[in-house]
Amino acid sequence: MVEINSQVIVSALSGGALIGLSAVLMMLLFGKIAGISGAFGQLITISKGSLKTAASSWQFYFLIGLALGGWLYSKAFGINFDMRENFSTSLLILSGILVGFGTQLGNGCTSGHGVCGIARLSIRSILATCLFMGSSIVTVYLVKL
Amino acid sequence: MKPIIALSIGVLFGFGLTLAQMTNPLAVIRFLDITGKWDIRLAFVMCAALLVTLVGYRILFSKLDKPLLSLKFRLPNKSNIDSQLIIGSIMFGVGWGLSGYCPGPAIAGITINPRESLIFILAMFVGVKAHHLSVETQRKVKIAQ
Repeated sequence: MVEINSQVIVSALSGGALIGLSAVLMMLLFGKIAGISGAFGQLITISKGSLKTAASSWQFYFLIGLALGGWLYSKAFGINFDMRENFSTSLLILSGILVGFGTQLGNGCTSGHGVCGIARLSIRSILATCLFMGSSIVTVYLVKL
Repeated sequence: MKPIIALSIGVLFGFGLTLAQMTNPLAVIRFLDITGKWDIRLAFVMCAALLVTLVGYRILFSKLDKPLLSLKFRLPNKSNIDSQLIIGSIMFGVGWGLSGYCPGPAIAGITINPRESLIFILAMFVGVKAHHLSVETQRKVKIAQ
């Protein structure tokens, strides 16, 4: 097991709490699940390639904000992890296609099912989370072999 | 006003993901690698995110009939376990385990590791499109029958 100190735990807990807070705010203000794959899929459906139509949807601003949030953090505090280099492009492409297709077919990802769905005690989401956690653990194990 | 609020919620989410090291694909893979040097960090992230969302949802659903800026809560209405949920979630898990990216962190990390994020997001776009096309084709086949 990797060594864990109190600083790591504090940043993990506060990062998680911020993710939860944004999910709660999304529900409080807009009445919506803060699911990233759902928002991404809807944005593609709505916009049909037109930036003008995209710019009229909340999904567009939510996803732009997401990228901006990552940028702001790295500008303010820097990045405290070693960047992975020369990761296989074909593996990235295969991974992205599976994630894109799978999250649309299964109606959610780590945010939609894993956080918002379990918080609503949805049986579908609990099952989905067990399945994607299980299959990702098996995949990491097999790739390592 | 709504776009700015959606953007701000996204910023909070992306900031949280980066603070939590979810945008570090190596940390994600180390978390999924339970038979290796298991990195427990992301378990803290998930627990904190879930707890805040669980409590937050409880409070707001018990106090409010509708969200503050929308007409009603839009919760997923599916409750049955179907093969799409199962297959989709497993596909997503395999994709997640291959690269260490899921949709949120890939978008939040676009300025942190642009090469990997951009390739992943483009591939994810292709996966989403492929799913939309398959749904469309199935619908047409049904109508033809």
